[in-house]
Amino acid sequence: MLPIREGFVVAGILFTLGVMGVLVRRNLVFVLMSIEVMLNAAGLAFVVAGTRWHQPDGQVVFLFILAMAAAEVSVGLALVLELYHQYKSLDTDAISRMRG
Amino acid sequence: MRAGPWIFTAFCREELMTIVFYAASAVAIAATILMLTGLHAVHALLYLIVSLLAVAVIFFDLGAPFVAALEVIIYAGAIMVLFVFVVMLLNLGDPAARAERALLTPSIWIGPSVLTTILLAEFVWLLVRGHVPPVAAATISPVEVGMTLFGRYLIGVELASFLLLGGLVAAYHLGWRQVPQAEAVHAPHP
Repeated sequence: MLPIREGFVVAGILFTLGVMGVLVRRNLVFVLMSIEVMLNAAGLAFVVAGTRWHQPDGQVVFLFILAMAAAEVSVGLALVLELYHQYKSLDTDAISRMRG
Repeated sequence: MRAGPWIFTAFCREELMTIVFYAASAVAIAATILMLTGLHAVHALLYLIVSLLAVAVIFFDLGAPFVAALEVIIYAGAIMVLFVFVVMLLNLGDPAARAERALLTPSIWIGPSVLTTILLAEFVWLLVRGHVPPVAAATISPVEVGMTLFGRYLIGVELASFLLLGGLVAAYHLGWRQVPQAEAVHAPHP
């Protein structure tokens, strides 16, 4: 028997850890890494579900998540570089002065 | 496989799969926690890579070898290289130099090494004992994934290509704006 329920539990734990990272950490690079963990956990849940019903759709959705993560990371890291050049800091509290 | 009644080998394979699944899950969760609690970005990246590799092992165990390979190649490969590149760009200066001198102390690389050794042991164990191809009861082959992807989900592929193009243009734009301030005269491309 495939460990389906445990797979969902692992995906949930990883997603929760990602949420905690986004909420707790103040470094923008760590926030982006936590978002990666969350996306990866969502993909894991999709693959587990696809395995449960023996359909390839879960893996297809994982491919879409992969493409989305690649686009998000490239734009996010470019924004991080830009913010670092403007504020000389990666602290999200320092950047929260940004208005408008 | 080895000699013995087939029931025994099937039981062994089930046990093997379950043990590999739990070990990889434990490694993934431990590496993610260590990533979140890390102070230095490069060390956290090491743990994140270990976490992604562990999730790839879970995928392989669940009968999704294509996605496992993509996880290693794209997530742990391409995306993490992007992260490492940006961290290298940002952390220039004295703290980075000190960190680099401290990089060879065992307390930093022992954690990721232990976790990846667990993954490597699982891999070797699967190769030696596990009779690898039918590791899951029903493996979903790359052919099925590809047929579904370019059949029912063709519009999704097109939308993903739009998204990637948008990301490319946005990253290029964001990176290009800094260049004219620095050296406007002889810098036609970033």
